[in-house]
Amino acid sequence: MSCAIILRILVGVAVDQKGGGMAVALERASVSLGGQLVWRDASLEVAAGEFVAILGPNGAGKSTLLKALLGVVPLSAGTARVFGRTVRRGNDQVGYLPQRRRFDPDLRIRALDLVRLGLDGDRLGVPLPSRTKEAKVGEMIELVGATAYAGRPIGELSGGEQQRILIAQALVTGARMLMLDEPLESLDLNNQQAISDLIRTICQRHLVTVLLVAHDINPILPFVDRVVYVAGGHVLCGRPEEVIRTETLTRLYGAPVEVLRTSDGRLVVVGQHEPVSYHPVDH
Amino acid sequence: MQGPSWDLVADVQLLLQFHFMQNAFVAGTLVALLAGAAGYFVVLRGQSFAAHMLSQVGFPGAAGAVLVHVAPVFGLVAFCVAAALGIGWVGRNVDAGHRAESAAVGSILAFSLGLGLLFFRLYAGSAAGIYGFLFGTILGISDRDVQLTFVVALLGLGALAIFGRRLVFATVDPDVAEARGVNVRLLSIGFLVIVALSVAITVQIVGTLLIFALLVAPGASALQLTARPVRALALSVLLSLGFTWLGVALAYFSDLPVGFFISTVSFVAYVAIRAVKGASAIRRGNFQLRGAWFAAEA
Repeated sequence: MSCAIILRILVGVAVDQKGGGMAVALERASVSLGGQLVWRDASLEVAAGEFVAILGPNGAGKSTLLKALLGVVPLSAGTARVFGRTVRRGNDQVGYLPQRRRFDPDLRIRALDLVRLGLDGDRLGVPLPSRTKEAKVGEMIELVGATAYAGRPIGELSGGEQQRILIAQALVTGARMLMLDEPLESLDLNNQQAISDLIRTICQRHLVTVLLVAHDINPILPFVDRVVYVAGGHVLCGRPEEVIRTETLTRLYGAPVEVLRTSDGRLVVVGQHEPVSYHPVDH
Repeated sequence: MQGPSWDLVADVQLLLQFHFMQNAFVAGTLVALLAGAAGYFVVLRGQSFAAHMLSQVGFPGAAGAVLVHVAPVFGLVAFCVAAALGIGWVGRNVDAGHRAESAAVGSILAFSLGLGLLFFRLYAGSAAGIYGFLFGTILGISDRDVQLTFVVALLGLGALAIFGRRLVFATVDPDVAEARGVNVRLLSIGFLVIVALSVAITVQIVGTLLIFALLVAPGASALQLTARPVRALALSVLLSLGFTWLGVALAYFSDLPVGFFISTVSFVAYVAIRAVKGASAIRRGNFQLRGAWFAAEA
């Protein structure tokens, strides 16, 4: 990681704080997909550099929340701002890791090329060799610790290795915010730990705001600043100990829910039904 | 017709002494350039079946054009592009392999071949015409065909040069590409139209049934050899050119069908590459095993 990039991130944050410092500002926002209301009247503020976990049952609209903040899914009401500006697709300041299963093992493209596509894959014209771009790509691959296997086809890499490459891809435009949709899903415990540590390092050391959709909060609980809970058509935001409480979640779900704490400090939410819900968007 | 003298310069002069052979080489070269380039994307996107489907839909197009006394390549372009827009409009990936869909696609293909047969019968034309469109020919390429092939190849290659990088992005990482502002759906419809154009001109050389030889095999071979996008694309074009030139030359000297030679050359190349890759993987595996054995001994 070069000093130049750290400096740029620091300067970026400084400028931002002058202008209010809000990385995300969602105001009374609603989203409908295919005529169905996903959630409504959601208000949310995330300060630059915060680590935010987005939780909730399947199909409640967690991914939709990220897509709304990316400008991929339009709001049916309200406003959404990212770094002080109305959301739009193709914002270099935002990196995105969609929810996915693994890459096809037969996909014949190098991990390196995938990171490069994150940098200029949206451009028109024939890609010309560029030292600066190659250096930037190499720098990001080094930052996520993927240098050893970046030259191999992406499909041949393990789940954890692919996830590192995708984080490099999301950061390569100089993003100051990472939106990650279930990045720990389908990883084994060691990799879950390693990837969440990496995300925390990026958040803390490089002051990148993190919005992370998770099914299970426990691997990231120690370093989450704030929790956004999406359930029952509502979006609730607060510190983990405020939100993940029996009373709060019972109100949110509209059904009895109990939050238990195990002896090693893990949180368990029980009694919630997770009905097989309609997923309006194909993943 | 003379046999080859095995003197390269003399043989090339021999090959190009007739106008129809000049046309065959020019058209073949244009076809190979576009089919090789488009083929890289077809294989990367896993859309071989779509290419096959478009080529079969082109058959009644060619036959219909003959029936109304228009150059067949116009009918090919019209039918293939219409089919590509149809697939794009339905918006499903025909390669996704849903059972109901593959059955539907199968019936459409059978119907379109049947329709092509009817058109040829109505024209009361020769069986040679049908044969040429099913398996390819180097004899029937007129100056008009060469001109149209040139325009189509230029359009296709130009579009790929402009949108190729976005297309790779949208192929390997559609969700991120969309978030970065790429219109993934429009791009995939546009690409199908490019495939349709490639199919339309490729059919002139290898016919509808052997389209894989130029539109899929070079890309598949290239991707076996390298995972670097620019190299794989260049290699796919070079292989496609090589297969075409070799196939056309062999057909001329042997007086056997060009479709046979091009498909055979491309198949042999693909098998050879897989075999070499397989052998080297086994060798690597052996070395690893031996290394482990030494480690255990120590």
